[in-house]
Formats: sequence, C-alpha cells, structure tokens
Amino acid sequence: MSDPTALPLWAAILISAFLLIGSGLTLLGAIGLLKFGSFYRRLHAPTLGTTFGAGGILIASIIFSLFSQTRPFLHELLISVFVTVTTPVTLMLLSRAALFRDRTEKNEDVPPFRG
Amino acid sequence: MSRVLPYPALAASLLLMWFLLNGFSLGHLVLGAAIALFATWAMVSLQPAKPRVRSWGAVLRLLGLVSVDVLRSNIAVARLILSPNSAQARSGFIPIELTLRDKTGLAVLACALTATPGTAWVEYRSRQNILLLHVLDVGDEQDWIDLIKQRYEPLLLEIFE
Repeated sequence: MSDPTALPLWAAILISAFLLIGSGLTLLGAIGLLKFGSFYRRLHAPTLGTTFGAGGILIASIIFSLFSQTRPFLHELLISVFVTVTTPVTLMLLSRAALFRDRTEKNEDVPPFRG
Repeated sequence: MSRVLPYPALAASLLLMWFLLNGFSLGHLVLGAAIALFATWAMVSLQPAKPRVRSWGAVLRLLGLVSVDVLRSNIAVARLILSPNSAQARSGFIPIELTLRDKTGLAVLACALTATPGTAWVEYRSRQNILLLHVLDVGDEQDWIDLIKQRYEPLLLEIFE
C-alpha cells in the first residue's frame, strides 16, 4: 500500500496535522530569524526548526510509513538523533566566533572573558 | 579492551545503524561490520574518554524532562516571535557555575540546552567550570540558574559521576 489516497481518513488527518505543526514551527523559526535584532537573539529562532519543527514532520513520516509498510519507521529516529547531536556543534562555532568578534571590538554588550 | 574491538558498544551501534538504513541482508552484515570496525579503529586515535552510564533510570528521567522543556520553550519562543512587541523581550548572558566536570555529561548538557529554543550554550570556561548561557527572554535570572543547577545537573551527576 504505497498509494497515499488509500490511507484511512483519520490517519490522513493525523499525518497532515503533524506535518502542518512541524512545518509551521519551522516557518516561525525562519520568521524569527528575520525579525530578531541581534546576532545572539537570532541564534534561538532556528532551534524551532531543528526540534519540534523537524519532530512534527518526522512523526508524520513515522505514522505514514507505519501505514504504508514499505520500510521500517526507525529512519526518522536516526534523523532526530543526528540533528540533536550535531546542532550544538554549529551553534557553538557561530556563537564563539561572534563572541570573539565582539570582544575584539570591545563591544560593551557581551561579558568580558575572565580567564 | 582488545585491540581488534576497542569500542564494542560503538561498533555495535554503528552496525545497528547500518541495518536501519539499508535493511538486513548477509551482504550488508559484512559491509556494515567492516565499516563499524574501521570507524572504531579511527576512534582510537581520537582517544575519547569512555563514558560510563551509572544509572539508566536517570537517563530516562533526563530524557523526559528535556523533552517537556523543549516542547514548552518551543511554544514560548513561537509566541514571542508572533507577538508584535517581541523586541521588548530582555535577552542576556547568564554565567552559571557548574559542579559537573565529566566531558560526556557536559556534552549532553550542551545538547539539551541547544535543543531548547530560548537558551544557547555560548561559552564554557573549563578552568573555572563556568558556563556562559545566552537566554532569549530572561525574566528572572534565578529561574535559569535553577533550571540547570536543580533540574538537569543532579541527574547528570547521577548518570556520569
């Protein structure tokens, strides 16, 4: 059963709901990225997309593959683990670069390094 | 551990991942095992500290706590983005002195804080063991210190130290 129209109605509704929640949160994260004023505040917005934004879409995908039974549903769990483990690396790289820049420019808004 | 299989848990989880991605067959068993072996040999040169999980119950409790917090802050940040006066939210840096020193524990804490919208792990000073956290909407500073010191850190200490 790979034809999406063959899904029972309630499953289709459930899948669409999770898809909408996930993509909606990702969209909000992107809007936040545009809207927030400073670099450090903008760091927070995309996290919506990498947590429950991606989560909602992955849950929808899990439900769909449970019904269509074309492949195991565990791929999605792997994706969520990889996303959670790798996001901090880029985030820290970006934030530390920004901190370094701001400290070099003697920006008053960032705390000084007390080594 | 033996020289052939220096990190058996890592090799096993890599093999499991390979099966999840490709499905199970004899060919993939051979290929996956070869990849798992080479990857663990490569890890030897990185000399990672072997994490020792002392309490799996605490792992589950931490996972539950973090999931709830991530969901809650997703809603909080989404609301903040939608509200017209989001510029008024006071964001700022909060230094927090940690008790936790275990590297794996710190990495897990970093993942949890980064996965939570609204908090970002900005800097960690290993000498003083101070974490610099950036918070989108601070409110009461003490709440964030309590979140880490009382909600996450005791569990992490229980798991890793």
